[in-house]
Amino acid sequence: MADDPRSRDPEDVTVAPDARPMAEQPLWRRDFAIDWPEDNYVARRDFAKFLVLTSGAFVAGQTWIAAKSLLRKHRPPPPRQKIGTLSALALSSATMFAYPTEQDPCLLIRTRDDKLLAYSQKCTHLSCAVVPVLDEGLIRCPCHDGVFDLATGRNLAGPPPRPLPVIELEVTGDDIFAIGVKERTV
Amino acid sequence: MTPKPQRQLTRTQRTTVVIGILCFVLILVVSQLWLLTATMNAYLGGDDDVVWPALAASVGCLLLNLGLLRYLYKR
Repeated sequence: MADDPRSRDPEDVTVAPDARPMAEQPLWRRDFAIDWPEDNYVARRDFAKFLVLTSGAFVAGQTWIAAKSLLRKHRPPPPRQKIGTLSALALSSATMFAYPTEQDPCLLIRTRDDKLLAYSQKCTHLSCAVVPVLDEGLIRCPCHDGVFDLATGRNLAGPPPRPLPVIELEVTGDDIFAIGVKERTV
Repeated sequence: MTPKPQRQLTRTQRTTVVIGILCFVLILVVSQLWLLTATMNAYLGGDDDVVWPALAASVGCLLLNLGLLRYLYKR
């Protein structure tokens, strides 16, 4: 008979945690008998189910990135926008401007050797405002001590994972124009 | 031809199979986590080329996971 406990595999017979036979177990354990090996098995299976749900969540995240990427491809290119004049920006100084929208703060830097540089002011770690330190040739993020190279915008130290986006510039006479944004991974 | 009867596994054998499958699923999920962070970094850095291959790879991992879970529930 299949239901006869004697015919079952010894491994399939429930054993209490203290290994004593059921007759010697306290009353509460006899009243609420749990199939311990089966309980272990089910717990692992449930854990696998949870992992597969997590896997589905990651796919949802990837789909969201793909949708954002599609939307970005159909966005119009950033406009050509006047952001300042050379005469108003002294050597070895920096100023702020917003480009391409009012919600995108940027830095315009004129170095000691009369070179114009422009970067997004949002740190690539958690979007804190970065601060140029012209004497040291660095751009620092005060929130988590992130450090970027002033000449290239590359991330040198701290948590920022990417270089600062470069704002492409064009100089016409005395006027400085922003003409595009170049995002980089390295 | 008669179908081959499915071999009954003992509980210890079943637990070993479950642990093996769990390890596979865990490795796939960790790979997906890495894929997601790498894709997000690439996307925020303006690189859209990796987005679709990464999505395909992640969907592949999910399908594999679902297959393993189905096997687990059939056992």
